[in-house]
Amino acid sequence: MEFLADPVLAGFIAASVRLSIPILLAALGGMFAEKSGVLNIGLEGMMLIGCFTGFITVHWSGNLWLGAGVAVLIGAIAGLGLAFYAVTLRSNQVVVGIAFNLLMLGVSAYFFRLAFGSGTASPRITPFAPIDFGPLGEIPILGPLLFQHDPLTYLSLALVVGGWLVMQRSTIGLSIKAVGEHPEAAETLGLDPIAIRYAAVAVSGALAGLGGAFLSISATGVFLDNMTAGRGYIALAILILGRRHPFGVLVAALLFGAAEALQLRAQLLPSGVPLQFLIMLPYVLTIVVLAVSSTRSGAPAALGQPYEKGGG
Amino acid sequence: MSQLNEAAAAVARRNIRVAFGPVVANDDVSFAVEPGEIHALLGENGAGKTTLMRALAGLLQPQAGSIEIGGQPVVIDGPLEARRLGIGMVHQHFMLVPTLTVAENIALGLREVRTWFPRLDQLADEIDALGARYGLAVNARALAGELSVASQQRVEIVKALYRGAKILVLDEPTAVLTPQEAAALFPVLRSLAAAGTAIVFISHKLNEVMAVTDRITVLRRGKVAGSLRTAETEPREIARLMVGGEVTLPQLEGMPTPGRPLLEVDRLGLTDARGVRRLEAVSLSVGAGEIVAVAGVDGNGQQELAEAIVGLQRPDTGRVLIDGVEMTNRPVAEGIAAGLAHIPEDRHRTAIFERMSVTDNAVAEEAGRPRFARWGMRRRGETQAFAAQLVADYDVRLGSVEQAIGSLSGGNQQKVVLGRALSRDPRLLVAVQPTRGLDIGATAFLQSQLLQRRAAGAAVLLISTELDEVLALADRIVVLFKGRVTGVVARADFSVEQLGLLMAGRTA
Repeated sequence: MEFLADPVLAGFIAASVRLSIPILLAALGGMFAEKSGVLNIGLEGMMLIGCFTGFITVHWSGNLWLGAGVAVLIGAIAGLGLAFYAVTLRSNQVVVGIAFNLLMLGVSAYFFRLAFGSGTASPRITPFAPIDFGPLGEIPILGPLLFQHDPLTYLSLALVVGGWLVMQRSTIGLSIKAVGEHPEAAETLGLDPIAIRYAAVAVSGALAGLGGAFLSISATGVFLDNMTAGRGYIALAILILGRRHPFGVLVAALLFGAAEALQLRAQLLPSGVPLQFLIMLPYVLTIVVLAVSSTRSGAPAALGQPYEKGGG
Repeated sequence: MSQLNEAAAAVARRNIRVAFGPVVANDDVSFAVEPGEIHALLGENGAGKTTLMRALAGLLQPQAGSIEIGGQPVVIDGPLEARRLGIGMVHQHFMLVPTLTVAENIALGLREVRTWFPRLDQLADEIDALGARYGLAVNARALAGELSVASQQRVEIVKALYRGAKILVLDEPTAVLTPQEAAALFPVLRSLAAAGTAIVFISHKLNEVMAVTDRITVLRRGKVAGSLRTAETEPREIARLMVGGEVTLPQLEGMPTPGRPLLEVDRLGLTDARGVRRLEAVSLSVGAGEIVAVAGVDGNGQQELAEAIVGLQRPDTGRVLIDGVEMTNRPVAEGIAAGLAHIPEDRHRTAIFERMSVTDNAVAEEAGRPRFARWGMRRRGETQAFAAQLVADYDVRLGSVEQAIGSLSGGNQQKVVLGRALSRDPRLLVAVQPTRGLDIGATAFLQSQLLQRRAAGAAVLLISTELDEVLALADRIVVLFKGRVTGVVARADFSVEQLGLLMAGRTA
């Protein structure tokens, strides 16, 4: 049982959790949007803008929680913007989402240079620090899994439970599911599919924004161009793998976090495998997941279909 | 639900006018329903029944006229307001979320349970009790999508009652039921009416309107053609009001003289993309000079059967032979070349290109063939001459053959589709719901064309959910239930009762 206390294993587990949080939050957000019938391809852009605004807020104010709050707020506003196109204008949700992501890539890079110039010295902030649980953190496996993390990680895990409560137990969740499955029926019952979809996409943006902010104000303390590096797209795959269920999404996100942690560690080993192939690991896993799971299975019936009020 | 027993309000509608752009769906329509009365809104497809109902449900606003409930003028500006006024709707296409339970469906949007976390168990008990009171057996804890069509309908009625409906509007409630299931619905409606509910029964079927209603308002082309007491009238009079004159539908006469089988379907099985088994060992054959009808409640595999025969869906077991030649899973074009013609079920989805001209639609199947094209270039003269001939032969009413087919009425669109199919003088015609949504004149024309094909020695496979149509035209009837053949009945042995049992899955 020596290996249980092995520091390499402990580091790996802790890193797996840490690396899974951004995609977990984005996927949780994607769940709300998709359950309401909106395919939120814009998760990537919402993460990136949350990542940037969170960083810059912390840099100016020195307040980490304010940074997280701003990232949530900006993410929600971004979600409302996307919903205007996807829900009100009934645009193609995939095209709008991709355009949105490209826009956010440019916007974040531009304003970053506007704020800090294009010099080589990248600005740093002091990120969230892990909470010290004392001896609890020393427990093999459980310690690095549960007791070596910062407050944002615990908030994220609480959001998973909260997401489950809302989705599976509350009337709000019931309404969201109804709108995603059969918006006409929801409307005949006096629900407003348009408003519910707006709200769901806004929540989706808020969570993705927080997920992005985690990268800059928790995991690293810096902001880099295209820092999310496709994690918003990975989140979409995680949604499918996790069957759009909060706990399923949690498990799937941990799997991807582990893949990421594994490749980071493998880079240090003299394995002879080129670095680029190792970096590919999470993305290859994404493609494999999408290939083996039929994308329509279990998807809400009205997913991706714009709804026209009183139409039909 | 004590308010059900209170003096229910009557609904009166005066001079209602609903228009969509230049098309007036309802013009100056008035009628009134009393508490405790079952009132039929009768009319052909397109007469304006559904429009009227949507106005009552608050899903669209009339441009003129007024709606009164209990003598008070009301404005129904949305579904919530309709509900507050005690109007309950049972839509033709059920408004149930299939992945939610019955109780969850009923709880949706309901203020009484709109606490943060609904008490669904208590609600389920209430629903079961309410259902039991009116003979509406429902299982409140079952998933809506797993219920039979008849029980989904009961859920819709219970849903309306639970929401305090005093005026219940049913849109074509029997369209999806077998004759027996429909017969079981009528006592429920009677007991609801006896409890003081005002019931609006929308239908285009004369016989059931005669069976269950107290009064009848007949609609024709968006106007009221007549208002009658059911007890004081007779079907012939109502039919005349519906149609605006005497129109008799064609009827097959003479005994069948089938020739060699032109279509043979042998133990066909098909699983759809979602993994649901749609057809299981379906066998049938259609001979030259014979009309074989496939009857059954909608959604029991009819569409899959037709599409498997013409080559649009791939069956995974069994064979399709056209005039003895194996055609299983062959491209659609080969079927056309072999003399197969197809009138698809959903005109808008599969039969026409709505924004293309009548001409282009008329030649769509053969546009690339030497008759209409040379060296890859289209032959305009031949194409237009053909379209003009088709329009004349099939009595298509239009302004110009160059206008978009989508701007024609449904009946005229269907005539183009029929003309296109028949102009090739097909040996085998697969017609799926060919008269759905057509007025009675167009229906009569289409049906007589099918009989003509039979007389000319073609094989006709008629897939229809209209039992009357099937009974009038078929030499033999094959009944489908859940993708299986539950019986084959020859013309001499036709009986509605037996077909009804077969449609409900009781094998002969």
